[in-house]
Amino acid sequence: MVGYLFIAVIAIALAGFFVGSAKAGRASGGRLADLHSLPGFHGGFIAAWVGIPSLIIILAWLLFQGTFIDALLMNSLPEEKVSGLKKAELDLLISQIKSAAGGTVFGEPEPFVLAAAEQYNTWYAISRWAMVAVVLAISIAALLYTRSKISRRFRARHRVERVLDGVMIFCSIAAILTTFGIVMSLFVEAMRFFDRVSPLEFFFGLNWEPQIPIRDGQVTAGGAFGAIPVFVGTLQIAFLAMLVATPLGLFSAIYLTEYASNGFRKVIKPVLEVLAGIPTVVYGFFAVLVVAPAMREFGANIGIEIAPNSAIAAGAVMGIMLIPFVSSLSDDAITAVPDAMRDGSYGLGATKGETIVRVLLPAALPGIMGGILLATSRAIGETMIVVMAAGIIATLTLNPLEPVTTVTVQIVTLLIGDSEFDNPKTLAAFALGLVLFVVTLCLNVIAQRIVQKYREAYE
Amino acid sequence: MSDASIAHRPPVRSHDWGSDTARARVKRRYMYDRILQGLGLGSIGIAVVLLGILLSSLISTGYPAFMTTKVTLEVFVDPKSVKPENPGKGRYRKITHDAFYKLFPDAKRSDRRHLKKIISAGAPFNVRRHVLANPEVIGKTIKLTVPLSDPYDQLYKGVIPREIEALSPGQKELGAVLKERGLLSVKNGQTLLTLPVLVDDNNVDADEPEDGEYGPVLLAAMRKLFPRASPTILREVFASPSFKKIKAEVVADPSLVGRTTEFTLPVSTPFDSLHRTGEAKVLNPRFGTAKVFTWFDSLKERELISSHFSFELFTNADSRFPEQAGLLGAIAGSFFSLLVCFFLSFVAGIAAAIYLEEFAPKNKLTDLIEVNINNLAAVPSVVFGLLGLAVFLGLFGLPRSSPLVGGMVLSLMTLPTIIIATRAALKAVPPSIREAALGVGASKHQVITHHVLPLAMPGILTGTIIGLAQALGETAPLLLIGMNAFIPSIDNIGLLEAATALPTQIFSWADSPERGFVSRTSAAILILLGFLFIMNATAIYLRQKFERRW
Repeated sequence: MVGYLFIAVIAIALAGFFVGSAKAGRASGGRLADLHSLPGFHGGFIAAWVGIPSLIIILAWLLFQGTFIDALLMNSLPEEKVSGLKKAELDLLISQIKSAAGGTVFGEPEPFVLAAAEQYNTWYAISRWAMVAVVLAISIAALLYTRSKISRRFRARHRVERVLDGVMIFCSIAAILTTFGIVMSLFVEAMRFFDRVSPLEFFFGLNWEPQIPIRDGQVTAGGAFGAIPVFVGTLQIAFLAMLVATPLGLFSAIYLTEYASNGFRKVIKPVLEVLAGIPTVVYGFFAVLVVAPAMREFGANIGIEIAPNSAIAAGAVMGIMLIPFVSSLSDDAITAVPDAMRDGSYGLGATKGETIVRVLLPAALPGIMGGILLATSRAIGETMIVVMAAGIIATLTLNPLEPVTTVTVQIVTLLIGDSEFDNPKTLAAFALGLVLFVVTLCLNVIAQRIVQKYREAYE
Repeated sequence: MSDASIAHRPPVRSHDWGSDTARARVKRRYMYDRILQGLGLGSIGIAVVLLGILLSSLISTGYPAFMTTKVTLEVFVDPKSVKPENPGKGRYRKITHDAFYKLFPDAKRSDRRHLKKIISAGAPFNVRRHVLANPEVIGKTIKLTVPLSDPYDQLYKGVIPREIEALSPGQKELGAVLKERGLLSVKNGQTLLTLPVLVDDNNVDADEPEDGEYGPVLLAAMRKLFPRASPTILREVFASPSFKKIKAEVVADPSLVGRTTEFTLPVSTPFDSLHRTGEAKVLNPRFGTAKVFTWFDSLKERELISSHFSFELFTNADSRFPEQAGLLGAIAGSFFSLLVCFFLSFVAGIAAAIYLEEFAPKNKLTDLIEVNINNLAAVPSVVFGLLGLAVFLGLFGLPRSSPLVGGMVLSLMTLPTIIIATRAALKAVPPSIREAALGVGASKHQVITHHVLPLAMPGILTGTIIGLAQALGETAPLLLIGMNAFIPSIDNIGLLEAATALPTQIFSWADSPERGFVSRTSAAILILLGFLFIMNATAIYLRQKFERRW
């Protein structure tokens, strides 16, 4: 239905385009130069006025009709059946009505449920047809009105360009809207969480057991939301990852920029890029399939017991993933050091190694630090590797051989298969998400500042 | 000063470069240089080797999944079981299993329980599909190949063995040590272990020795001999005959309680066989009984088992049975998500980039937008999932698990990539082109749409493809909006239907316990990497073919 309506609107807009350019052509009386704008702009003017408002109406209609009809449904239910129901029971009733409306009836529903279901379907049908009627009327009216405006002197190009400007500005603002949406959704849900669980407990508590019973009256029975073990686990895995990625990435970058021949660089750089292009779910599977068992066996051979989902396995694999990231950012930083410094060092008789260690690295240090910070922010926000390879239970430990859990693991496990936002368990995921967002944002901003300052210093 | 006077001046020797200490110092300095070089080369080597291990482990575990093992059955489509007027509701399980039992006339009725596990539990559905497609076969006997169940598929491919080691390396070592110390002896074909045991009165009451706990007693005795071995290794040495024997002896002579006495006890079967034959193997627990191998071998001898290229991997939907599970649903879900993502982020990305690069005045708002875009590119992907969950599903009420929502979330993530790539491509178009077009009277919009945009298009497309490739591999946000649904049929594929995507399918399969899913997961990863390779290769090709240097 909606698909056909879309096609219809696009067809009317197309028709408007041809009508407009044809009318402009006739208005010119055969001499195109007399027109203020080319016929195509007249056509575009009509198409824009037909298409854009109609599409906006369709989208808005689709977004809000559900909420609106739900409210109508809620009000139409017989008072004596609804009063005294708890929210969960009411939700159950509504979903029962909806599934009955969709044709699936479980058991023997009460007659008022069936009536409501029928009413619900009628409302939807009304809403659908009303939408079609409104949209078609508006687009045809727009076509006729804009067609009447077309004349020889009509400044269609300016109008079209102004519409284009509007579209472009809207698209640029989409980026801000996204950030705003992220902040608002995280913030609102996190506030709902902090209504139920005190921020003090969340930020300083040592016990994380979010698997609370969902049944009524049992909420207080279990569930501890002290996130310190989760934060510690996250930092621990990120630290282990950076322990792997920093030296490997930095030394690779040094070799590639200062020692490697052109041919070698041309072959090796894309190979390292491949490491960066592999999806993280693949790394997660690699950790489970190869790295964790290998570490376990190695540990057993030297007499250490390593948990199958140890922090060290997840951290090491994450480190592999970050090697190209660190390497390419360090590469940029080292290449950006002016040749004059290099030449000066060589001129004083320093070896290549001395030049690198005493001149290039100190000069490139801010850039490298920025890169490492960016990589750390990645490590903290990385999800799939830890979801597959790290633990779920939050234990407060610094031993890398034991399983720990991370913020991202908790977000995913708390939300998988759950979309009701009315218990602390799911809301906790948003609070963790807020912390994650703020921390990574700070790291990124600091890193970008450092890199920028340093770039300015050499420009 | 004349040349001659220079020639006669004695050379100033502030430093003796030829001395041994100087030479040693130079040598040392160059050694540091070489060490640094070696570290660099070593790091690159490690990275490359790790990549090699990653790919080779995926290929070696994944390639068997591209083949499927099938058995040829002659199924009699009994009109009594499958009514011609209603073939949809026939008893396909019965006719399929009957056809299979017919291959083994010698097998007893009681064996059927194990026998039917050889063919895939989904085989009746394969028969059903065939009969529904060709209703004229009802009442006739048809020849059909159906997949083997996962363990036999793996057995045929040689992935899993018939027998597995019963003992861990540590336990084998323990067996060797026991032998070395001369504690083991063989009597009547049974290995016996002689060891001093303290019958602790905490565990065994002298008045009621029948009710004593002899397990802890024996374990304590073993621990005394091997204080450093883990209890899990020691415990397996004994089995119920050992406990029975010591109990019998203590019951016969209750005065043993509280004292240390030497007992000679039978050891458990694996240790027994280790001592007598040097190896300890047991039937692989995936196969119910050892008889299945005779049946399986007879199928092989009769050449009823054949191996085919697994088209099912590409044409089937997901399934609980690994041998029947395919990727079509996941590929379709990923395709629709990427389609949505492309339409949203390509148009919006180009529009935003053109505005920021060509039109935007330098003010606070545009600065804010720029900072924003750079930061969005670094926001963890799981946060986008939270946004999708709260806004698209929660606020707008869009259908959960649908490719539409998946594509919308992914487009928010690819948008910054595309904007950044487009801006770079627009920047690369030289100003002379703009000025020339403006000079002949084009409006600013015409300059961009007629001249700048076509010239920048290869760069924009490259950036878009790379952005889409990233989106194709993205998993976490899709998990949060529920795009890891189990979709066992391919009838409902669409923008608003519940779906799954390639990376989330990999995640679900990686979580499944069946051995067959390990190789399916690797195969799915190889297919995903194949798609990514094609996309990136296209991007590189576009760049090299159309890129212009000004």
